[in-house]
Amino acid sequence: MTTDLTIDASSRNTSGLETVAPPIKERRRRRRSGQSWRDALRKDWRLYTFLILPVVFLVIFRYLPMAGNIIAFRRFRPGGSLFGDYWVGFYYFEMFWNDPTFWRVFSNTLILGALTLLIVFPLPIVLALLLNEVRSRRFKRAVQTITYLPHFMSIVIVAGIVLQLTSLDGTINQIIRAVGSDAISFMQMPDWFRTIYVGSEIWQTVGWGTILYLAALTTIDDQLYEAARIDGANRWQQTWHITLPGIRPTMMVLLILNIGSFLAVGFEKILLLYNPLLYPTADVISTYLYRVGIASGSYSYSTAIGLFEAIIGLTLVLSANAISRRLVGSSLW
Amino acid sequence: MVTTDPTAHVPDLAAVRNSMRTIKETTGYKVFKYANGAFLALVCVVTLYPFVNLVAKAFSSEGAIAAGQVNLIPRGFNITTFAAVMSDDMFWINYRNTVVYTVVATVIAMAMTTTFAYALAKKHLKGRSFFVGIAVFTMFFSGGLIPNYLLINSLGFKNSIWAIVIPNAISVFNLLIMKSFFENFPPDLEEAASIDGLSTYGVFARIVLPLSKAVLATMVLFYAVSFWNSWFAAFLYMDKAELYPVTIYLRNLLAAATSMEDMGTDNVQIASNVQAVTMVLTVLPIICVYPFIQRYFVSGVMLGSVKG
Repeated sequence: MTTDLTIDASSRNTSGLETVAPPIKERRRRRRSGQSWRDALRKDWRLYTFLILPVVFLVIFRYLPMAGNIIAFRRFRPGGSLFGDYWVGFYYFEMFWNDPTFWRVFSNTLILGALTLLIVFPLPIVLALLLNEVRSRRFKRAVQTITYLPHFMSIVIVAGIVLQLTSLDGTINQIIRAVGSDAISFMQMPDWFRTIYVGSEIWQTVGWGTILYLAALTTIDDQLYEAARIDGANRWQQTWHITLPGIRPTMMVLLILNIGSFLAVGFEKILLLYNPLLYPTADVISTYLYRVGIASGSYSYSTAIGLFEAIIGLTLVLSANAISRRLVGSSLW
Repeated sequence: MVTTDPTAHVPDLAAVRNSMRTIKETTGYKVFKYANGAFLALVCVVTLYPFVNLVAKAFSSEGAIAAGQVNLIPRGFNITTFAAVMSDDMFWINYRNTVVYTVVATVIAMAMTTTFAYALAKKHLKGRSFFVGIAVFTMFFSGGLIPNYLLINSLGFKNSIWAIVIPNAISVFNLLIMKSFFENFPPDLEEAASIDGLSTYGVFARIVLPLSKAVLATMVLFYAVSFWNSWFAAFLYMDKAELYPVTIYLRNLLAAATSMEDMGTDNVQIASNVQAVTMVLTVLPIICVYPFIQRYFVSGVMLGSVKG
């Protein structure tokens, strides 16, 4: 065996054999692409065994729940079939359509999603650009290490920190009192929730969000900057005309992904932070769905809401992807 | 131009570059540089402050916290709360649960993700794009909370470790990272090994896995941190205190404090101190390993972005 291998390896270096090798490879490939399932299974059955468990997993834990969405159109009885008992058509959809609470949580979701997209999404780009201007490697690395840290915290810890900072004896109220105003009980006032939510999002995600932009920034050709400088472009013009276009594909991909998760705003965080006093601004589709579904047991009704949300999310990501592909030529697939 | 007569032009270019740089450095750019440095330092302070505040509160007396005196350094030094929390058996039971759930979930997730990614990375595999497709589609459309909840309950996973360790066994994001890594694995090595008589299983276990230690370590960390931090699955499917992970222990503390605040009792401050101690104890392992694992995470994210 080993002798065969060495002969093979050494012969590969001789130019005479190398010209023979490609046609064999090509022929093999042609045969492969046209092979039948029976041949594929016979040849690669070991590889297919690798697929069995993961595919079973996907079918049971991802696709079965998708099919389970059918109970949005069917009457579901606890203890009955997973897919409901009988058809009720769009009964549950009409129900939430006529539910004023649904529209309140819907607009709360849109507002929080829009704020996140407008404020939280651009900040990593800004931070990455600022980091990119830092010449001291040591300082840059220190800033990165520190700002990445909150990303590794459990959402429960983040919620705990937010509750601590905003409590009556917390730091924010200490500052407010120091400037002579009265303390504010933030977590009982709906007006403050959006600010607090967005602030905590910034704290937790902006540092980590710079990674992909920093990676994209390193791929920009230095010669472009040189050429621009010779043409008399100042720093700001260089940033505007070279740096930003250079990281545009990254921006677009992340933007599309963000738009896709637009309606899924921080469900777990809100669930941990909010209380009934904050419902007017803090209650979003997913938390409402959780309360109606899990806590009150209206399974079909909340499944209808969830399906509505999921379809909007899928539509958003597909259309954002299509628009991006047409306008700037970058897309997810 | 440069290529036609390099020796004549290169020094010129360098001179231009230098002159441009010195001009820029002496004017507004210098101001910007210092402002930028100061701003980034401020960002770091703001990022770290909540942690410092947490530690300060954990070591402070309840009275000092209630008086709103605690920010950077502990006031009325107190470690009795630490002793109290650490002598709570339930805290340690829940902590142990977190460790067990994290280890078991990570092992299952790694086994599934690695084999799946390896098979999907084989370009000649018939039906490959279909299998990639059914995995990727779940990133953009999912069954939603209620159907998942009903499914897990009807499988009998309620109040069992399976509810936590099975349903999140494959993260498609991690799967794609591994897949793109395996796609770039030198095919010569695998070919040589199979000529030596190793089957697909042998090649995978004895050639591919040992040479993928870096990416495997990264994936283990991705999964382990996400399982360590997770709380919602346990919150949904477990109603026995001795099964909770430590995140639920903490969550219940927070919830109790919030409801007390609503009722206006003065137990709030006591809870504040206990909360801080519990949070410090929960965060400690992550903070300790963070400096060592951080670069693996960064490289993992980069690896994923290559594929796009």
